Amino acid sequence: MDEIVRGLVRAANLICTADPAVLEIVWLSLFVSGLALAISTVIGVPAGAALGLWSRIRVRGLITVLLYTGMGLPPVVVGLAVYLLLSRSGPLGFLGWLFTPSAMVLAQFVIALPVVAGLTMIAVQSVEPGVRLQVRALGATRWQELVAVLREARVGVMASVVAAFGSIISEVGAVMLAGGNIEGRTRVLTTAIVLGTRMGEFDLALALGIILLLLAFLANAVLFWLQQRAEG
Amino acid sequence: MDALLYLLDGLRKSYGGPAVLDLDHLEVQAGEVLALVGPSGAGKSTLLRLLNFLEPPTAGSIVYHGRTFRDHRVPIAVRREITTVFQRPALLRGSVRRNVAYGLRLRGQRDDRRVEQMLAQVGLGDRAKAHAQRLSGGEMQRVALARALVVEPTVLLLDEPTANLDPYNVGLIEDIVRRQNREQGTTVVLVTHNVFQARRLATRVGLMLSGRLIEIGPAPQFFESPSDPRTAAFVRGEMVY
Repeated sequence: MDEIVRGLVRAANLICTADPAVLEIVWLSLFVSGLALAISTVIGVPAGAALGLWSRIRVRGLITVLLYTGMGLPPVVVGLAVYLLLSRSGPLGFLGWLFTPSAMVLAQFVIALPVVAGLTMIAVQSVEPGVRLQVRALGATRWQELVAVLREARVGVMASVVAAFGSIISEVGAVMLAGGNIEGRTRVLTTAIVLGTRMGEFDLALALGIILLLLAFLANAVLFWLQQRAEG
Repeated sequence: MDALLYLLDGLRKSYGGPAVLDLDHLEVQAGEVLALVGPSGAGKSTLLRLLNFLEPPTAGSIVYHGRTFRDHRVPIAVRREITTVFQRPALLRGSVRRNVAYGLRLRGQRDDRRVEQMLAQVGLGDRAKAHAQRLSGGEMQRVALARALVVEPTVLLLDEPTANLDPYNVGLIEDIVRRQNREQGTTVVLVTHNVFQARRLATRVGLMLSGRLIEIGPAPQFFESPSDPRTAAFVRGEMVY
C-alpha cells in the first residue's frame, strides 16, 4: 500500500516538476507511437477501405485472414522479427536501425497496421450498401466513392486508430527487443516501467505507469471527442 | 420531344445464374415519363441500374444519345447526366443542405442559391440545417429527390420512390416529378408496383415479368385496352407471374 501511495506522490511530483528525464521518456514514447500510428493510418485506412469496398480483389479472403491474425500479433514476436531483420546479418541490417527509435517505429508500425486496416475494412463494410450505390448514381468517380464511404464510416475508422494507438503505446515486447531500452536513446515509458520494476524502484515504475495511463486517457479523450463530433 | 434518348437491344443481365433481365428491344424518348410496372423480381430495378450505367450488361448494348455502350467504360460526363432516386433514400451523414449539395460538389460546383431553391421546391426550405438522419421517411425521400434534381439531370430514374410513404408525401413527390418533367424537360423512368401512380404520372407504361418486357405502350392504351392478358390482369390488380 505504501508503495502505491509513494508512487502516486512521486508521479505527481514528476509531473509537477516536469522532470527532464521523465519528459524525455514521455516525448520519445509519444514520438515513436505517434509516428508509427501516423504511418499505419496513412497506409492502413486506404488499404482497409479498398478491401472493404472492392469484393473483386482476388486474394481478399487470404488478406482478411492475415489481417485478423495480425490484429492479434504478440508484440514480442514482432520485436523478434524486427530484431532479426535489422540485425547486422539480417536483410535490412545495412540500414543500421537496430536499437534506434527508427527500429521501434518499424516494430510498432507492424503491430498497428493490421489493427487500422482490419477495423477500417470492417467499418467500411458496415456502411449501408445503398449509400455506395446512391453516391455512384449521383455521379461519383471511384475515388469520390471511396472518400464518401470513408466519410460515412468515419466513426469506425477513428475507432480503428484509437485501438491501434492503445495497442502500441502500451506494448513493451517489441520496443524492448527492437530498441534495446537504452537510456537517453530508446527508453520509453513501458520499457522504463519494466526496468524500474526489475530494479525494485516500484514507486518510479508506478509513477511512470500513471503517466502512461494519463497519456492514454488524454489521447483517447481527444479521439472520443472527435468521434462525437463526427457522429454529429 | 420524341427524340430517341435510349435504345436498348438484346440487353441481358445475369449474376452468374439465369438472366434477371432479358430485353429484346426498348426505346426511351427524350422528355417522356416512362413507367415500368410489374411484381417484385421482374427485373425493373436491374434495368434502372443499367440505364444509370451503374452496372454493365452481360450481353447487348445500350445506345444513349447516339453513343453505344456495352460495358462499364462509360465516361463520367455521360453518367453525370443521369441520376437515380432509390426506394431507400440513403442519405449521407450531416445536414440536409450538405446532402442536397452533394451532387454539385462531386461535379466541382458550388451553388448555394440553387440548393436553397431546390429545398424550397421540395418543401424543406426551413430544414436546411437539420440533421438528415433525423428526418421523417417522407422528408428523407424529398431530400433524396432534391439531391437528384439539383444537378439538373437529363434523365431522372425513380426506383419505387414513394413506397411506404404516406399519401401527403406521395402527392408532393409526384407533383415535383411532374413539374420537373414539364418545366425542365427531364426524361423520367419510373419503376413502381403501383399502377395508380403509373397512371397518374406516365406518358408510356410497360409491364415487366421475369426479366422480360411483356407489353409497352401509351398510358391510355396500356390501361384501357391492353393487348396482353397478363397486362390486363395486372391492371385489374390480380397476381401475375
